[in-house]
Amino acid sequence: MGEVKANAHLDLRGVMCPINFVKAKLKLETLEAGEVLELVLDSGEPIQNVPKSIKEEGHKILEVKKEGEHFRLKIQKG
Amino acid sequence: MTDHFIEDKTTKVNVNLETIGERVDFNDLKSGGFIKQRQKDLFTVRLRCPGGRMETKKLVEISKIADKYSKKGVVHFSFRQSLEILYVDYKEFRNIVSELEKIGQKVASCGPRVRVPTACGGCEYNPNGLTDTQGMAEMVDQKFFGTPTPHKFKTSFSGCPIDCSRTKEMDFGFQGIVEPVWEDPLCTGCTICSEACKEDAIVSDPDTGKPIFDPKKCIFCGDCIRACPTEAWKAKRYGHIVRIGGKHGRHPMESIEVCTFLPDDKVADAIQKTVEWYNANGKRGERIGNTIKRVGIQKYLDFMEPVFKHGSPVNYLAPGV
Ligand code: HEM
Ligand code: HEM
Ligand code: SF4
Ligand code: SF4
Ligand code: SF4
Repeated sequence: MGEVKANAHLDLRGVMCPINFVKAKLKLETLEAGEVLELVLDSGEPIQNVPKSIKEEGHKILEVKKEGEHFRLKIQKG
Repeated sequence: MTDHFIEDKTTKVNVNLETIGERVDFNDLKSGGFIKQRQKDLFTVRLRCPGGRMETKKLVEISKIADKYSKKGVVHFSFRQSLEILYVDYKEFRNIVSELEKIGQKVASCGPRVRVPTACGGCEYNPNGLTDTQGMAEMVDQKFFGTPTPHKFKTSFSGCPIDCSRTKEMDFGFQGIVEPVWEDPLCTGCTICSEACKEDAIVSDPDTGKPIFDPKKCIFCGDCIRACPTEAWKAKRYGHIVRIGGKHGRHPMESIEVCTFLPDDKVADAIQKTVEWYNANGKRGERIGNTIKRVGIQKYLDFMEPVFKHGSPVNYLAPGV
């Protein structure tokens, strides 16, 4: 998996569902199509829910890395 | 509830009718959803709302009618998703029914027959939904509502294994499921699916991060499919888990699973044949769960084989790959 360069970053550790998704969505709205957002999400509910909602809204998850108790994702705006 | 039935109060109502010189068609009322209230002369009018869904325009019209006929100006949302207009004077049945008819709203049924189906939101708008529960409820209502049976016959549709419409407690329940399949070449080993699976049916390989799937734990919810970023988990097929013989009330009974992955287009056949079996085997006043206990589940399954063979057996395990 090649390192993808991110255009924006958002650390959502400690932010609960569904606010974490809404924040990610708002951030994605500031980007152009094709640009990449790096997200940090807690394991458990956030990682169970946020990626699938992001997919449902038509964005692409390029990369996922597990880092202990959280996940680092790279999302390309659709 | 039996003694609150209008059918049991016919004589009394007749006397009242003579005094007011009005006529009410009792054949209409017998199967209709008019339930005697504690209060003298007052009834609850229960509306037919399959799946608990209603167009807003119709709701506005119903509100006006309810406001006109409810002596207390109240409605109640019933546990089976019906809208009930409370405190309606029986002398006004004919008027309220004709006003409801004008806006295309029918009255529900009581007694020993197929009741209005209930359903959750399902796949149309609920993120967990796997089946078109609302479409199914609509179909069952059109085809089977009011069909006579030995006792009440309640159906419901849930869109996924969370089972918000409680198919486990129905005479005949249908719960949406999806079979997950995994394709190795598409998998990046990100481990999200093992986090997403709430049943511990997926653990990540410690070296590759790729899923190790335990079909015995899988309940076919599809969380892995929705969570996987690369479509390595895919939906192989959708269908219903079919459950029979559940009920609540004073002596609740849990239903028995009789089929998995029954496709949408066999649901009508399943209900048709089950009602046929129930009418042939059930005693008057006996719920189908008790009929099955008495007659034996195998007899029922043999009878249903031509329909259930289109699904999978109850102990079906997904191969996963
Ligand atoms: C504002 C009202 C309600 C909301 C927002 C709501 C929301 C939800 C949600 C989100 C779930 C899925 C839970 C999960 O993911 O495990 C659920 C499940 C369920 N709901 Fe509701 N619900 C409401 C009212 C009701 C009512 C009134 C009933 C019953 C009469 C009901 C019965 C159920 C049942 C049986 C489940 C299945 C899951 C379980 O038992 O944990 N809900 N509801
Ligand atoms: C349409 C009008 C209805 C009428 C006239 C009606 C009438 C009755 C009668 C006569 C019984 C007694 C049956 C027995 O003893 O086995 C009964 C039981 C029961 N009714 Fe209703 N009912 C109606 C709708 C509903 C609805 C909408 C619900 C809510 C979900 C409901 C829930 C129950 C429950 C839980 C029982 C206990 C028996 C069981 O379910 O096994 N009923 N009802
Ligand atoms: S059963 Fe599933 S699809 Fe239906 S409302 Fe509940 S969570 Fe949504
Ligand atoms: S479909 Fe099976 S494996 Fe996938 S998340 Fe649900 S229970 Fe787990
Ligand atoms: S979520 Fe998809 S890509 Fe990630 S490990 Fe599971 S199957 Fe592989």
